[in-house]
Amino acid sequence: MLLNQFLLLGAFLFCTGVYGVLARRNAVLVLMSIELILNSVNINLLAFAMRNGNLDGQVFALFIIAIAAAEVGVGLAMVLLIYRNRRSIALDELDALKG
Amino acid sequence: MVAQNISFGVIAFVMAVSAIKVVTTRNVVHAALWLVLVLAGAAGQYILLAAEFVAATQVLVYIGAIVVLFLFGTMLTRARIGRTEAVGNRQWGTALFVAVVLAGTLGYTLIDAFRGEKLPESVDVTSNTHRVSDVIFGTYLLPFWALSVVLLAVLIGAIVLARRE
Repeated sequence: MLLNQFLLLGAFLFCTGVYGVLARRNAVLVLMSIELILNSVNINLLAFAMRNGNLDGQVFALFIIAIAAAEVGVGLAMVLLIYRNRRSIALDELDALKG
Repeated sequence: MVAQNISFGVIAFVMAVSAIKVVTTRNVVHAALWLVLVLAGAAGQYILLAAEFVAATQVLVYIGAIVVLFLFGTMLTRARIGRTEAVGNRQWGTALFVAVVLAGTLGYTLIDAFRGEKLPESVDVTSNTHRVSDVIFGTYLLPFWALSVVLLAVLIGAIVLARRE
């Protein structure tokens, strides 16, 4: 197996996630795109862990999974709060701080 | 080696198609279900990369917990289930441009830097999980503790945010 096939798969997933973050206006869908980005990073970390023959990359990947779970928990709590206050989770309507 | 390459290709294809569906489908619940396919495919790639503990964690945490959280979030916010026109915003053209430019840059850089570099043929995986635990509870003990504090803070924060006054 080539190293590059995993890295290019990760790059593709990353770009798809970036597109989703920029183009979606539903907050839940934006959080899903962030999960795509985090997964692409995990694939990169594990590919380099295997290439270098040490396990630090696997540990970092585990940490990222834990942080991603935390991020989704807080993110969805915030989305619920926004929905409760504004009856909408469309991100482009959240312009209260616009000058 | 051939079997590994074929399984990589099949899983990577499924992941790529599902990832595109996640960011383009108009239905929020369908997006969550396509996300399950991407996450399961990622778990398969982790096994190909000789990281079976990370793969098991991926299945347990992502598919078991995070996707369920997404489905609950969709339910509680009553985001329209079914076809809706309003899931994309006006800047999707710019977003597509940014994504394509980013993909081109990353792809060129990766191919330029790692062309033809092979992963090691055989990796000793007989005690992989054992050695991962040694690293976590040895070198990375302090970050591991910090992570448990982060999770506690998130637990309290999510309760405080979502609680009704």
